[in-house]
Amino acid sequence: MINSQNISLVVNGEPVSASVPNRTNLVDFLRNQLGLTGSHVGCEHGVCGACTLEVNGSMIRGCLMLAVQADGAEITTVEGFTSRDKAAQLQRSFQKNNALQCGYCTPGMLASALEYVEAGGGADRAAIRQHLSGNYCRCTGYQSIVDAVVDVIEQGAKQ
Amino acid sequence: MSGPLTLFDKPNSYIGKSVPRPDARRLVEGRGKYVDDLQLPRMLHAAFVRSPHAHAEIGIIDTAAATALPGVIAAYTATDLADHVSPYVGILTHLQGLRSPPQMPLAVDRARWQGEPVVMIVAQSRAIAEDACELVEIDFHTLEATCDAKTALQDDAPVIHAEFDSNLAWQRTVDAGNVEEAFNRDDVTVIEREFTFGRHTGVTLEPRASVVEYDPSEEVLTYHYSGQAPHMMQAVLAKHLRLLEENVRIIARDVGGSFGIKIHTYGDDVATAAAAKILGRPIKFIADRNESFVSDIHARDHTVRGRLAVDAEGKIAALEIDDLTGIGPYSMYPRTSAIECNQILNLTGAPYAIDNYRARGTVVFQNKNMMCQYRAVGHPVAMAVADGLLEEAAHKIGMDVVDIRRHNLFADNAYPTNSAAGMKFDDLSHQKALEKLVKFMDYDALRQNQTEARTQNVYRGIGLVSMVEVTNPSPMFYGIGGAPISAQDGASVRLDAAGALHVSASITEQGQGTNTIIAQISAGVFGVDIDRVKVTTGDTATTPYGGGTWASRGAGIGGEAVLQASHALKQQVLDVAGVILQAVSDQLDIVDGHVVDKDAGTQRISLADLGKIVYYRGNELPADVTPELIATRHYRVTDFPFVFTNGAMAAHVEVDVETGFVKVLNFWAVEDCGRVINPKLVDEQIRGGVVQGIGGALYEECIYSPDGQLQNASMADYLVPMAAEMPDIHIDHIETPTKTSVLGAKGAGEAGTGGAPAAIMNAVNDALRPLSTSLHQMPMTPQRILKALGKV
Amino acid sequence: MKAADFDYQRPSNLEAALDLLDDESGDVQVLAGGQSLMPMMNFRLAQPELLVDLNGLEDLQFIREADGHIQIGSMTRYCELENSPLIQQHVPLFSKALPHIAHVAIRNRGTIGGSTALADPAAEMPALLIALDAIIVARSRHGERSIKAAEFFLGLYETALEMGELIASISIPISEAGCECGFYELARRHGDYAMAGVAITVQTTNPISEARVVFFAVSDRATRTEAVENQLNGVSTLAGEEMKNAMEEIGKLDFHGDLNADIATKQHLAKVVFKRAIAEIFS
Repeated sequence: MINSQNISLVVNGEPVSASVPNRTNLVDFLRNQLGLTGSHVGCEHGVCGACTLEVNGSMIRGCLMLAVQADGAEITTVEGFTSRDKAAQLQRSFQKNNALQCGYCTPGMLASALEYVEAGGGADRAAIRQHLSGNYCRCTGYQSIVDAVVDVIEQGAKQ
Repeated sequence: MSGPLTLFDKPNSYIGKSVPRPDARRLVEGRGKYVDDLQLPRMLHAAFVRSPHAHAEIGIIDTAAATALPGVIAAYTATDLADHVSPYVGILTHLQGLRSPPQMPLAVDRARWQGEPVVMIVAQSRAIAEDACELVEIDFHTLEATCDAKTALQDDAPVIHAEFDSNLAWQRTVDAGNVEEAFNRDDVTVIEREFTFGRHTGVTLEPRASVVEYDPSEEVLTYHYSGQAPHMMQAVLAKHLRLLEENVRIIARDVGGSFGIKIHTYGDDVATAAAAKILGRPIKFIADRNESFVSDIHARDHTVRGRLAVDAEGKIAALEIDDLTGIGPYSMYPRTSAIECNQILNLTGAPYAIDNYRARGTVVFQNKNMMCQYRAVGHPVAMAVADGLLEEAAHKIGMDVVDIRRHNLFADNAYPTNSAAGMKFDDLSHQKALEKLVKFMDYDALRQNQTEARTQNVYRGIGLVSMVEVTNPSPMFYGIGGAPISAQDGASVRLDAAGALHVSASITEQGQGTNTIIAQISAGVFGVDIDRVKVTTGDTATTPYGGGTWASRGAGIGGEAVLQASHALKQQVLDVAGVILQAVSDQLDIVDGHVVDKDAGTQRISLADLGKIVYYRGNELPADVTPELIATRHYRVTDFPFVFTNGAMAAHVEVDVETGFVKVLNFWAVEDCGRVINPKLVDEQIRGGVVQGIGGALYEECIYSPDGQLQNASMADYLVPMAAEMPDIHIDHIETPTKTSVLGAKGAGEAGTGGAPAAIMNAVNDALRPLSTSLHQMPMTPQRILKALGKV
Repeated sequence: MKAADFDYQRPSNLEAALDLLDDESGDVQVLAGGQSLMPMMNFRLAQPELLVDLNGLEDLQFIREADGHIQIGSMTRYCELENSPLIQQHVPLFSKALPHIAHVAIRNRGTIGGSTALADPAAEMPALLIALDAIIVARSRHGERSIKAAEFFLGLYETALEMGELIASISIPISEAGCECGFYELARRHGDYAMAGVAITVQTTNPISEARVVFFAVSDRATRTEAVENQLNGVSTLAGEEMKNAMEEIGKLDFHGDLNADIATKQHLAKVVFKRAIAEIFS
């Protein structure tokens, strides 16, 4: 018998209860049990950043946290970003700046970028690159992603 | 410019504009549809027991404990699949002499690389399947492995395949002019170097992924595919699973990066399809990252001895190369593993007018993961060898590296012409690209900066490359050699009742913007708003037949099919409009979704109204009018084997000579990919390619132990380029449309990866030059640079 | 890459956690931030039978000043250290080093106790703690003991922790006026494990005293080198003969090569990072 536990949590504003195997990590749980397939699985060892998502206000690797650890947590995934001001701005800016190609890194990249922007990070390209240095993108040259983040910061500064 | 407006500069043309991708919103909102997102009723999950040894006899396989585990549905060995899958052989008849033994999805009797799948487990979850893998007992008898390509042909090297007399897979030579005589001239300076290129792999962020369904009642197999060439995959699976081709449907929805990795036949994927057929249930196989490293194809891994002779004016007198590469134990099916070596022989020195060229390529088997075509096949090697030698030669004779290129690049009015290796060139612009680059990067200022920096003990270097890229291949690439790989592509364009266009095309999308450029071309040529164009790609059941995406062919070949089909449909619609409006169709046009008078621009009827008449109220049309509001066209390149592009790139680097660390300060690329359909998409695709090239030049390498164990099979240890170390990359274009098509587009997807390594290597060596050392081994790691400097 | 099955307990207080750990019958593993353990479990390199999750233990999450020390609960996350005014004021070495440790998303989760207990020779934290002369407070059901950082790291992934013990807190003496610190590492990419790195604390009031020089990512553990410190102590600046001697002493460390750097490269780079860290301190 595979060890399991019952958990209750809030995902993108919606209360959820589920029984999860102990060994299931958070991103697998969100994808396979809740059908929230926006967060992606890229390496399962915390390096690629594709599964980066928000737990209790901080961006973490969904593959390096167990679902059972999320009992009682508040979680926001890319599917929940659209209703959040800066996140929605980043989503639009990513489109406008062609800051994605295959889109597989994008949810994690947006999560990391959102953390930077919401923390009041500046438009310094090197600082943005450093902040995003834990998110792998094989398609773009990263430049359009930096452009997209800069645009959002500069728009915010104008307002 | 004079003359009438063409379809490229009409006001309603989208071609040449940076239209944002309509499908990007889906992806930024987490609504992508990748293979692993699929959950089908009764779906099972596959995992594989892979050989831990590079070379081993497989004795008794005991799966009893594994199959007894609750949740495990089946375990398969090669024997179990033998009646369900026919073996495949990775050869092409036009690569004369290439040999490779038959291969099965799971290792038969002997494992030949660490990571080769041996046993397949099918279970209710991937985790349970992995639990079961740990319970499989295999009696391996390890054998001495042949890992080093350099010793693979020695008499005492263990021969990997008993049916062959040696580990030789293929050999080819090219001999043009009189190389020997040229090298022996007493007015030439000769440079000789050995170049080493490490093994790379693609590291697509979405790993290889398959979900396969089989419906025994109709004998239909549906393969949800993360890949580039649906019709090729259809033919391959039908043939080797013994199904009718029309009963195999391949569906590729969103693909999380591909780069040539996902265009080959992998045993684990074929086994997944076979198991789905046996069990009659959907099976999902997602390669995990560890599996990706040991089973996704690797590439490069070449050692090239190169020799270049130049006269006192810097004119190349002769070039000779000898390439050795190890491809793993089999030639990959169906594209073979000899193509990269073949490309190196074809492309080394190709930008330059060279009379005397000799090249030899040797491809050997070895007990490492298989090697095959990956982004910019052969290009990074060919460009680095030729331009590496050329820059060394320039310095030796005291000539500037830009000047020596000016003396040797084909003149822009030299076309059509042939290279020494017999490549046919037309519509290239090497000289113009070089001049534009020199201006773009402010070459003279950089040289001054370099001199000043050196007085502060700061070692900066500037490196260039002039390059060609193979794009828009004709059937001469694969089809001629017997592979089920289409070089032609098709597009169907349909006007629906609501006045919208629906385009279905056989080229495929992996994020490069294929669907966007299809919509741009169709909307522009036909005359509707781009928002009214719906595009379908990636489904063998609903698209025309074609090759898909490889060798930078999507825009050039598929785009032309879309253009032709859209143009044809427009004529058909105008013919119907002529009848409805009682006008001469020649005097009508379509603008903004309306049929208009060509001269006055007056709107006559909307496409929606026209569609309604045709589809709903056909009674209003004369009986002899049978409107066809769909048009299909196919296109292939006929007059050239490939449509080459050219480019010129430059890197500015700083080498910390105390640590061996290289910082890329700046990078420039001037690219001539013919007509640019969407500048924003092309620019970032080139940048992505450059970053991949920088990865190969500085970071990426599959490191094997002498006994064939891959030692860095994780993303912590295989170093891909990340944002912090990459520079901003400046892109400019020259547009010399190819005359082979109306659209005039060539490919652009691989240029960066093909050119950047040479520019980086030349820049690093330029920085090291005052210290009288150089390095021609990629990746140029800190340790290798320190060793070149004699510091360690 | 799915973890093997395990039993999971998330105790709500330290005593309950210690009770769970006091079990010699099976393979019990403590789950702190999980940023190293989870990958090892996903690769199935670690297959504990019981995972004791400390993330619910608020009594292990604190940063406070007491008795001339900064005391840090073992479940304090890297991001909390980075943002703590107490740390910024009193442990500047942390502020210098933390941005080099992996990436933000990892630091948001990873804990000081977790990486201390892991004792990865390439990681920064063991070296920082030795350089700061920190005290590691270990707890078990049988009591509490304090271990000096210099005596805590015993080898490759090996520490002085005994069965049933976990790290409760880490105590860092508040440095006196004139104490400077230096940190330098060479990593292939930002956030990677270093090819070589060094953490230094030193009293710079003339003459130099109380130097602590600790290398990481060069051997099987973070390595303090008194022979190098002796070259620093008692001089006003490190140059000439003393620098030459220091270089010689660094060369004698027990170097271990890895995929990025063989022993000779480690030897060379250790000298470079030391020189650069010293230059930064005395610039």
